[in-house]
Parts: sequence; C-alpha cells; structure tokens
Amino acid sequence: MTTIVTNDSCDDEQVGEKDDSRQYISFNVGKELYAVEITMVREIKGWIPTTSLPNSPEYMRGVINLRGVIVPVFDLRTRFRRGHTEPGKNHVVIIVRLDERTIGILVDAVCDILTISSEEILAVPDQDANPEYSFMEGLVSVAEKMVAIIKPRLLFNMELVPDPQTEPETEAA
Amino acid sequence: MSDPMEQFKTVFFEECSELLISLEEGLMELQNGNDDAETMNAVFRAVHSVKGGAGAFGFDRLVAFAHIQETLLDDIRAGDLAIKPEYIEVLLQAYDILNGLVAAAQQDAQVDEDYGADVARAMENIMQNGDAAPSTDSPDKEAAENPVHLFKISFKPHAELFQRANEPHLLIRELGRLGRLAVELDGSDLPDIEEMEAEYAYFSWNFRLVSDSGEDDIREVFEFVEGDCDLEIVDLGPYLSPDDFVDDETAGLFGPDEKPSTAGKIQKKAAETLVSQSIRVELDKVDRLVNMVGELVITQAMLREQGGQLLVEQYPALVQGIEELSRHIRDLQESVMAIRAQPVKSVFSRMPRLVRELTASLGKKARLVMTGEETEVDKTVTERIGDPLMHMIRNSVDHGLESPAERAAAGKDEEGTIHLGAFHRGGRIFIEIEDDGAGIDSAVILKKAIEKDMVSPDANLSDEEIYNLIFMPGFSTAETVTSVSGRGVGMDVVRKNIQGLGGRISLSSTPGKGSKFTMSLPLTLAVMDGMVVDIGGEKYVLPLANIIQTLRPGENDVSSLPDGRKLMMFRDEYISLVPLFDIFDVGDAVQNPCEGLVVVVEGDGGVLMGFMVDDLVNQQQVVIKSLEANYQLVEGISGATILGNGRVSLIIDIATVQEIVAKQYAQPQKFSGETEKSLSPAPTSMEIH
Repeated sequence: MTTIVTNDSCDDEQVGEKDDSRQYISFNVGKELYAVEITMVREIKGWIPTTSLPNSPEYMRGVINLRGVIVPVFDLRTRFRRGHTEPGKNHVVIIVRLDERTIGILVDAVCDILTISSEEILAVPDQDANPEYSFMEGLVSVAEKMVAIIKPRLLFNMELVPDPQTEPETEAA
Repeated sequence: MSDPMEQFKTVFFEECSELLISLEEGLMELQNGNDDAETMNAVFRAVHSVKGGAGAFGFDRLVAFAHIQETLLDDIRAGDLAIKPEYIEVLLQAYDILNGLVAAAQQDAQVDEDYGADVARAMENIMQNGDAAPSTDSPDKEAAENPVHLFKISFKPHAELFQRANEPHLLIRELGRLGRLAVELDGSDLPDIEEMEAEYAYFSWNFRLVSDSGEDDIREVFEFVEGDCDLEIVDLGPYLSPDDFVDDETAGLFGPDEKPSTAGKIQKKAAETLVSQSIRVELDKVDRLVNMVGELVITQAMLREQGGQLLVEQYPALVQGIEELSRHIRDLQESVMAIRAQPVKSVFSRMPRLVRELTASLGKKARLVMTGEETEVDKTVTERIGDPLMHMIRNSVDHGLESPAERAAAGKDEEGTIHLGAFHRGGRIFIEIEDDGAGIDSAVILKKAIEKDMVSPDANLSDEEIYNLIFMPGFSTAETVTSVSGRGVGMDVVRKNIQGLGGRISLSSTPGKGSKFTMSLPLTLAVMDGMVVDIGGEKYVLPLANIIQTLRPGENDVSSLPDGRKLMMFRDEYISLVPLFDIFDVGDAVQNPCEGLVVVVEGDGGVLMGFMVDDLVNQQQVVIKSLEANYQLVEGISGATILGNGRVSLIIDIATVQEIVAKQYAQPQKFSGETEKSLSPAPTSMEIH
C-alpha cells in the first residue's frame, strides 16, 4: 500500500530531477495539508454554486456544469468528518480525472506544487488495520508539516465509503 | 474483437445492410417499370457482392441462395429473360429471404432447412420456363400462359369516402400490386378556389391495369369503399403486347417511363442519382455533431435569457436576431437528429422470422402484419428496442394466441394475427403489438397479484392498473413455464428497458378478443422538450410529453388520507399529490399545494399524479446530459441538463418517482400527523419509523 506506483499517471509525463520523483499539488482543508498527483488534476476552479442531488451522501455537494459536462463535487471536509464547508469565493474545486470519470474536490485553498521522490514518502502507521485509510498513499513532510498524499479514486468510491451522515460523529462546521 | 476475422465480418454485415437497401430500392425501381440496364446492373451487383462476401466467411446457405438469385438476375440482365411483374414479385420475395439469411448469419442463428426453398424453386422455374423466350420484346408466350387482361377502371370517390378516413392513394397502391398500372387524375370537376368546399371530393381517377387477376380481385381492392364511390371496371380483353398498351386511345397515360424513350432514360438517371446520394459517415463524427448542437442549444438558451431583459425598442435587431437564431438552432438540431434517425424496419425485419420459428415450435398458426416500418427514430432507440420487442412478440405468440383448435372452437380464424405497428404522434414514436388471441382476464391477474402479495385483497384497482401489474417484478401469468417465454425474463425487465430509453409501456386487453401492448418512446435521447419548474429555489425539469395540465387547486379540491397522503380532485377523479420537495429533500419549498402549483402528469400506465411545485419557470428544449458518466444514477432523476444561466438542472424521471411514491405508501405507516420524512437521503432511515 505504501508503494508509489499509481495507476493513473502517465509515466512519461513525469517531471523532476530524478526518475522516480513526481509532482503533487498540495492543498489544505482547515489546518491540514493534503496532496494529489499533478497528472490527475485537470484544472482548478473557483467555487461556483452547485445543484444538489437528492438522496446523496452529505459529502456529495452536488453537480456543476464544467463546459457542458456534468461534474460531481465532493466536500473533502465532510468526507473527513470535519463538518461542512461553507464555501465562499476563496474556496476552490480541484477537478480530477479518474480513469473515465471526472470529479471535483472542494477544498479550502491550493497551497503549492511539490516535487517528491519515492524515498520521501513515508508509510501511514497502522494503515492495513484500518481499511478506511486506504485512500492515503503515504505521508511526506514538507517544511516540517505533514502532507497526506491521497488517492481520490478510493476517497469517493461509493461502494467502499460509508455515508458519513449515517454515522453519529458528524459535527457542525 | 481480438479475432481479426470478426472485424472483417462486422464490415461485411455493414456492407450487407447497405447492399440490401440498394437491392430493395432497385427492385422497387423495376416494379415501377424502370427496367433499364443500370438498375438491372445495380440489382445484380448487390446480390453478387453479398454472395462474394458470404463465400469468404463460409455462410453456405447464404451463398447457395444468392447464387440462384444472381443467376436469375444475370439471365434477365443479359436479355435472356424478359422482365415481368411476376418475376419482380419473386425477386422481392427472394430479397426477403436473402435479408433473413444475412440476419441469421449475423446472429449465428440456425436456419430451417426449407427456409426460402419455395422462393428458390420459383426462381429456378422462371429460369427453366423463361429460357424459351428469345428476346425482350415479345412476352406473348407468357401472356398466353397467364390470361393477362387490360382493364379500364374509373374511380370517383365521394366525400363520404374521405370522411370515413379512407385514402385513395392506399387503394391505388393496392391496385398497383395487381399488375402494371397507369394512373390518370381527372381534376375536371375542380371548381374555382373561392367555391371550393374543403370537405368535398373533387377528384376522380382513371386507371389502366394490366394484370392476370380477375375483375373480382380488382373489386376486392375497393371492397371497403364500395358505397362511397362510383366504380366502373371494364375488361378490355387479353393484353398482348406493350404496343397495345401505349397505342390505345389514352396512349400518353403510361408516362415516359413505360416507353424506352430518351425521356424515360433521363428520368431513370434522376432516380439513380437519388439512390446514390448518400455517404457513409462514422457514427463518432455524427455524435460529435450532435454534442456540438447540444452545446449550441444551451448557448442559445443563455442568449435568449439575457436577450429577454433587453428592451425591444432599444435593440430591435438584436432581439430579433436572437429569435431567429433560436429558430435556426431548432431546425439545425432537428436536421442533425435526423441523421441519426433510422427506420424501425431494421428492428421489425427481425420479427417475421421470430414469429415463424415460434409458431413452428409451439404448433400455433400466426401471421405477422407490420405497418409503419418506415417510421424513423434515433439509432440508439432502434438498437435497444430489439430485445424488448422480441420478448413481447414471444409473449403474444406464446400466451396471447390460442392453439388452432381453440381458435376454431371460439369461431375464429385458425391463423392468429399479430399486428406490429409503429407511428409518430406528439413528438414520440409509438409501437404497438396487438394480437387477436384470448386476451387477458383482469380478474385472473388480480387474483394472482393478491396471491403473490403484490396488492392487498381489498384494493380497488381500475382495469388499467390491473393490467399494469404484469410489469411488476416477479409476476408471470403463464401456467406452465415454456421454453419460449419462461426464460427468467419477465415483463418487468421489458419495462425497465423501455424506461431506460425514456419510454413508457402499457397493456390493454379484451378477454376473447386479444391484447395490445403500446409503448411510446422519445424520438431522440439527446434532446427533449421540458418544463422548468421551481421547487424551493431549485430548478427541476419535467418532460413536457408527460404533462397534462398545470393548476392551482382551491382549498376544497385538496383532501388528506389518514396515512398523510394528499389527494386532489382532478377531472372527477382523486389523484395523489406528490410532494416533490419531500422526495428530493429540498428545504424552503411551498408545502401547501393551494399556495404553489400542481402539475398533473401522466405516469406509467396512464396513472395521473399531481406533482407539487412552487412555480413554473419556462418551457424550453433541454439537452439531456448523463449523471452516470461522472457520478452515478440518482433515484427519481433521469439525467441533468444545463439551463440558460449555466446552472445544472435535474430532469425528473416520472416513472421512478411514481415507484418511489408507490413504495412509500405500500408500507404501513405509523407516524403521527407530522410531515413524513420517509425518503430522507440516508436509506437506513427508511426503517426507523
């Protein structure tokens, strides 16, 4: 689980000094930092109001029109059970391409572009014990802060993820 | 597709369908008397190419049959045989067989040993007996064998004929099937336009018919209009040579195409170019075009919305321009959709074989009558209605029609009739499958449904609702499971398939007389006419085709049931009011139907429901976008669209909302008066109360 060979990226698109280093986009939700591989990211968009879908999990914020394509937007904060994002004009949606699907991830702000080599990626403790953490590819330390590299495919897979709303620990924002 | 042979096969079958089309067109040309060398060559080439390709893939039956057909055509082409109407009749039958054999090869299906044998024999007979005829200009021999007569027919319809919805052109077409027909229109009774009565019949016709049928056969064509027209049939005696035909007193009648004159050639040329005026385009390219037009429709909706705020006096040209743009885009969109449209014939043509096979295996007698095969609908629809249609036909033959003995006992013709028809109405395509079998007793269905616990014994259902029960999962009326119908696929799957295409299906039946399935489908899956409604500030789209009426009920029109359900009086009937804000979990919506609006929609099986909305926004064309492409199916929603303001709006799927409502009220409810929240987002909450 801690290997960094991801399925999505095109290997020849890699940028970096070393062969096994990759670029990531980091962003924050509250004080926490996360990153996704840059090759998955199609664009970064300012928040626009969504059309909510009935009978959907709470982290599913609704759909937007991305140049004629209907794209679902997921609230990463709600997904991590940190409450509900009250999006304003500073919030951004990261549009990510996963295989055949395109989704949007609502985060607070985009921070940086990181170049990380495979040695720098550390394992997530006890990851195997908790299948819920399988969406984490690994952890890196950047400027003394921990950044969790996430795999959006697993994060918003409807079959794997229980609806956080049905769990009691949902807190208000 | 790993097998390269498979790819070639696909191409072969694609070509085959084109070749068969041109073969049919050619034969029609021949039937119309255009038997020039080019048409003959085209027909010959089509059969020849099918045979060649089939040989490469080892479709032996196809090759053997095409070979006979090709030889006959070659004889005709070389002038060894003079073409005659009967030959064309046989050639048309041969075309059907060829079509069937190609389809069988494509589906890897087995074909009966004797399939097409009679037609093959007929073709061989023509070749043997026709060899004697030395050249093209003397069909005397054949004329002597078959008493071919020349008839003079005058036909003057009365106004009543039209009032009874009879169509002269259908009669004329029928007449044309009897032989060679020349038609002359007599418009001498036509008055000045000022004196013309719209409902009066002014035209009459004179026909000359060369046919081996008797006068009775000709009268039979007019059987249904006998009292409503003046009909005179004169037998002018045996018809000997084409010269007789044209040198008659009405020589000009037969038109230039009857005579091998230069004028005829020109006309034939024109027909030829018409035939070849098509190009082969990859479906991908067409779909890209469809998508572009979809975007254009959205942009246009945006422009119209913006333009609506402009003052006409200030920007007259701009406002008018936007209007014109709208119109052109609608035309453009229709034209683009027409590219994807296909006649349902491509699906219907599979059915005669099915009926033949079924009747053979079930020991029944049935005749399949098809109408409206030329009705066009989007390719995706034709691709996806095949299976449901086959299932329904199977159902009709297996369960609908009785055995010949039972039919005879009931005083019916031993041979049952299944009518498969298609027609356009109100922007949708309707397909009907009607049999004249035993019909379905609604009491039997109801009993069965009660046994299966699908309805409560004290339910008061209309016949229509009862017939709809057969589309419920787990319902099967067959007493014994036969190898034909009992394939584990029920009518519920049929309905699912139809609904997946945005269609509806219903059943009606008269015991003893027969039953009829009716399905209606949208003409295209890309665009539809929708009504945009407001529910708690969210915009939803309702398919316009389902909307009956919109109204604001008065306090007295609305009543409540003990289970919390609200009913409304509509056209002397109580209909359920559906709280959409509740189903879609929208806050801030108008809760009282008397303060908002009620859109009366027709659900599955003609069930009326009152959808509660806050307000109507506008009526517009919407481009249907998939939610599943990037997300997943959402219950009650068939798709999404983009409105003029760029926002996404959800399209309500009336049939599934109907199911949600039915499910909701099917369970006994134990709440106390408060608004029910039985369909809140989390599915687990369903069991809570």
